[in-house]
Amino acid sequence: MPISTAEVEHVALLARLKLSPEEKAAYTEQLNAILEYMDKLNALDTRDVEPTAHVLPLRNVFRDDVSRPGLPREKALQGAPEVSEGQFKVPRVV
Amino acid sequence: MEYEAVIGLEVHTELKTASKAFCSCSTAFGGEPNTHVCPVCLGLPGVLPVINRQVVEFGLKTALALNCRVAPFCKFDRKNYYYPDLPKNYQISQYDLPLATGGYLKINVDGQERVIGITRVHMEEDAGKLVHVDGPGGGYSLVDYNRTGVPLLEIVSEPDLRSPAEARAYMEKLKAILQYLDVSDCKMEEGSLRCDANVSVRPRGSQTFGTKTEVKNMNSFRALQRALEYEIERQIAILEGGGRVEQATMAWDESRGVTTVMRTKEQAHDYRYFPEPDLVPLEIDAAWIERVRRELPELPDARCRRLMDTFGLPAYDAGVITSSRDLADYFDRVVALYPDAKVVSNWIMGDFLRLLNARNLEPGQAPVPPGELADLLKLQKEGTISGKIAKQVLEEMFASGKGARQIVQEKGLVQISDTAALGKIVDEVLAANPNVVEDYRNGKEKALGFLVGQVMKATRGKANPGLVNQLLKERL
Repeated sequence: MPISTAEVEHVALLARLKLSPEEKAAYTEQLNAILEYMDKLNALDTRDVEPTAHVLPLRNVFRDDVSRPGLPREKALQGAPEVSEGQFKVPRVV
Repeated sequence: MEYEAVIGLEVHTELKTASKAFCSCSTAFGGEPNTHVCPVCLGLPGVLPVINRQVVEFGLKTALALNCRVAPFCKFDRKNYYYPDLPKNYQISQYDLPLATGGYLKINVDGQERVIGITRVHMEEDAGKLVHVDGPGGGYSLVDYNRTGVPLLEIVSEPDLRSPAEARAYMEKLKAILQYLDVSDCKMEEGSLRCDANVSVRPRGSQTFGTKTEVKNMNSFRALQRALEYEIERQIAILEGGGRVEQATMAWDESRGVTTVMRTKEQAHDYRYFPEPDLVPLEIDAAWIERVRRELPELPDARCRRLMDTFGLPAYDAGVITSSRDLADYFDRVVALYPDAKVVSNWIMGDFLRLLNARNLEPGQAPVPPGELADLLKLQKEGTISGKIAKQVLEEMFASGKGARQIVQEKGLVQISDTAALGKIVDEVLAANPNVVEDYRNGKEKALGFLVGQVMKATRGKANPGLVNQLLKERL
């Protein structure tokens, strides 16, 4: 088992996910299955294969540097949990 | 034991584009909160970022000016972290394939030139601004996303700096280069130029590195130097006391003059970088690089040499004047009107910069236009005013914005060079100070200085000093 429950807990914390003991057990098992499959892929000889940076065969897609008005503030704040002084009001984390 | 510091700097500079890095919102500083935002920079679902071509152009200019190798192929990555300054919960940055690597810049400290390596230059987006408010239950934070998505360049140095003074010189040189390139405003107080430092100490001569700390929150050149001085002393004191430096991120507290622990190694971030699937990679070919290279302006080192070669200025003068593009432009304009370069450089490095600094102004914001400074110098050269009065007039020019000639006229500061008028005052001074006259005649040379001072006082500094000396000596 390459992945322990402790690692699942760490990753869940980083992703701000609250997992029940059952979920932790299930995800540990699933993540291990995925990583075992990665081991299978790792067995392939990829010496002559270019790493894939992107799945689309596109390069150099640019915008010109022109500014345009964005959203009206009321709209921008529509999805905010709380609003104060025209700003997003969130729990203090530091 | 003697210790030496090992310092590397990570500098972030906001690029001077009209629109953000990945959307078309304005980058203007100081707008009402959350008025320069759109679905892309707010991280709403279903949006697609597209890179601003100007960000890559500015990045290339900077990379080439810093003597870097530009990568023929680079891409963007997501740097994941949960903090409300970024609504997407990741920052678009560059990780393993940055825009450019392996450059250098030259600094000069105490007459000694050093070459400081540049590890990498990469493009990324800025985060929003948080204001923390105390209150019950831990308080709350207010978030303004106007700055979110503003393009940044991160410029990372090698750990080649050996003292706070070198770190400051590096930062000043980097700022000068960015300003010459016109890619950033470089206002540290507005946050458009920011700097974090990695610092460790080791016994002098040692080849291995000590445990480093990262110091953040230094918002001026002075703060950078003070914070590093403090942190180096702190680390040395720990080692001297037989302790071990803990790897940590420290925050500089400007008002208390100390660094405090922000987070320890255990709380270190785990960013889980992965390729940004929403942006396609960049391929920068030789033709593009060459075009940007041809368009590079004259940079500080070249301009410094030019001032030395063209005007015969000392290296120190040329270095100070070319430390800012605006200051160098100012110098050029004054010299065009008053061709004594050394006199111009003395005035600019002395009273002019002193008055600018006292007002917290940048050279580009000087209230005295170059033509007016040239006029002032002409007035002095013609003998209309003395050097001492000229200093007063410059001060008045800064304060009122009026021209040199107007001030001299309004305040009646014209130098007294009339032999008869001055002779009368000299006679009065001699008559009023018989003891001093006696002293001088008995060989006390210093007494002359006192008499000159008395004449100056009587004329409120307007007497022509050369003439005063001449008239006094004639009578003594």
